[in-house]
Amino acid sequence: MPQESQKEIPENSVGVVTPETLHFDQPLALECGVTLPAYDLIVETYGTLNQEKNNAILVCHALSGNHHLAGYHSTKDRKPGWWETAIGPGKAIDTNRFFVIGINNLGGCDGSTGPTSINPETGKPWGPDFPLVTVEDWVHSQARLADRLGIDQWAAVVGGSLGGMQALQWSISYPERLRHTVVIAAAPKLTAQNIAFNEVARQAIRTDPEFFEGRYQEQDVLPERGLKLARMLGHITYLSDEAMGKKFGRELREGQINYSFDVEFQIESYLRYQANAFVGKFDANTYLRMTKALDYFDPAGKHDNDLSTALRNTTADFCVISFTSDWRFSPARSKELVRALLDNDLKVSYAEVTANQGHDAFLMAIPHYLNIFSAYMERVARDGGLQ
Amino acid sequence: MSLRADQEIICDWIESGSQVLDLGCGDGTLLRHMMDHHQVAGYGLELDDHNILSCLENGIQVIQSDLDHGLSEYFDDDSFDYVIMSLTLQAMNYPDQLLDEMLRVGKQGIITFPNFGHWKNRWQLMFGGKMPVTKTLPNTWYNTPNIHLCTVSDFEALCQQKGIRILERTVVDHQHRKAALLKLAPNLLGETAIYRFERLPYHA
Repeated sequence: MPQESQKEIPENSVGVVTPETLHFDQPLALECGVTLPAYDLIVETYGTLNQEKNNAILVCHALSGNHHLAGYHSTKDRKPGWWETAIGPGKAIDTNRFFVIGINNLGGCDGSTGPTSINPETGKPWGPDFPLVTVEDWVHSQARLADRLGIDQWAAVVGGSLGGMQALQWSISYPERLRHTVVIAAAPKLTAQNIAFNEVARQAIRTDPEFFEGRYQEQDVLPERGLKLARMLGHITYLSDEAMGKKFGRELREGQINYSFDVEFQIESYLRYQANAFVGKFDANTYLRMTKALDYFDPAGKHDNDLSTALRNTTADFCVISFTSDWRFSPARSKELVRALLDNDLKVSYAEVTANQGHDAFLMAIPHYLNIFSAYMERVARDGGLQ
Repeated sequence: MSLRADQEIICDWIESGSQVLDLGCGDGTLLRHMMDHHQVAGYGLELDDHNILSCLENGIQVIQSDLDHGLSEYFDDDSFDYVIMSLTLQAMNYPDQLLDEMLRVGKQGIITFPNFGHWKNRWQLMFGGKMPVTKTLPNTWYNTPNIHLCTVSDFEALCQQKGIRILERTVVDHQHRKAALLKLAPNLLGETAIYRFERLPYHA
């Protein structure tokens, strides 16, 4: 889909891209018991699917991500897709060689069927009636997309954070349909602390007077305050203490304390800015569902809490990457996964990248991280004979 | 990627098709060679960032890990045919405990280390009165990673104490020679010592 790139767009970007919406008529039975009769998935692709259809990479997004992985929707776009650092010509996921697909997950708010879509049964937005989707549901819907595109086997499924969980789930649900799994800054399940953070975020949204039990869209309002608080909390946990200290310290916006509740410290300004930017871009019901999908994810849970057993049919090779300062999905959580993969004698490589940026590091242009990532993707290409 | 003298000998010793764990695998040269020429499968453990990258480029499975934390985080008992540690033992905080770990996760261990008993080291210490600096041990005392140097005799004494049976031993000099003379006085003439060993049965 890339079009002619404009002057101001860097050469190593995929350029201007246009997403595409695919409609699926075959009902999808969800884990929660509900069946979605039909749904749309919005996708964006980069590079070219080769004749053998063996150079496709699926990139799964995290909590607030979407299908727009890289490039720009127009030359006026200020910001590129969320993983511009890793996807493009000559980058870690090299679009000269791979056919890369980004997809907005079901329940999302960027074009795939979700709470803001119209429920055909009622003619009104789904809102709170949209079912609680899980990582497994997403993987099944992504498999339907692969079927549609004639992709029997992914060269790799790649993801960071919640995206890494989907990549892991792929290796469990469809072991024969992927050759490599790249799991970055993720975990095989959330800890109680992580669920606790999610619950605070949900409470912030659900106790907002303008939440209206999730029917805010019908009332033509938004639970802005709740969503902002949720986003602020999230941002605190995505950064490390050190990174926050380095970036903001105790710096005061006006150089002095004013004895007021207005923005005084720069960190307050940053959090409010992030919160404001999020409202209007992201749907509160989607946020609730994404955090639930995170909480529920636990492939070991279906196998006596034994992750090694959960992975017993997995055949894909793995690259697992964590970041030293990531306390939301700490290196220890990645090691649990590595251990279970080793128990199954699977081919796995694990890198623990020294970085002070916290959980957000997986989105950043950290040279060593991108070198590691590139080296592994080079192997993915080599194994698939995609030189 | 040419092999060091001690690595060549390791390749001679291992059986084709075995499962190998290489502790402190560096850039993965040895594992790559064994995978290509001896149908070996396995993993490397390595701490250094640059080496991790090289391992990935060399196409070997590498786990970034600090050996001083032991192997229990990742490996069950008897997971490998061989656990190899070449020129790494002397840089460990707890070399004795790591020896135990090697024989817990592997059926056999293979270790190579710079022999501090080599005559050049003795000579420099005896007549120069200073910590030796040689081709095999190029660092000065204050910046060396080699914090637990030992001699051939020291190592064998530790093995005896731990109930470890030495299956094979050889020493080489830096020119890859293992001449008859070396066999005569290994602790004096060997620059690098190479051992293959296993745990004696029923030893706790």
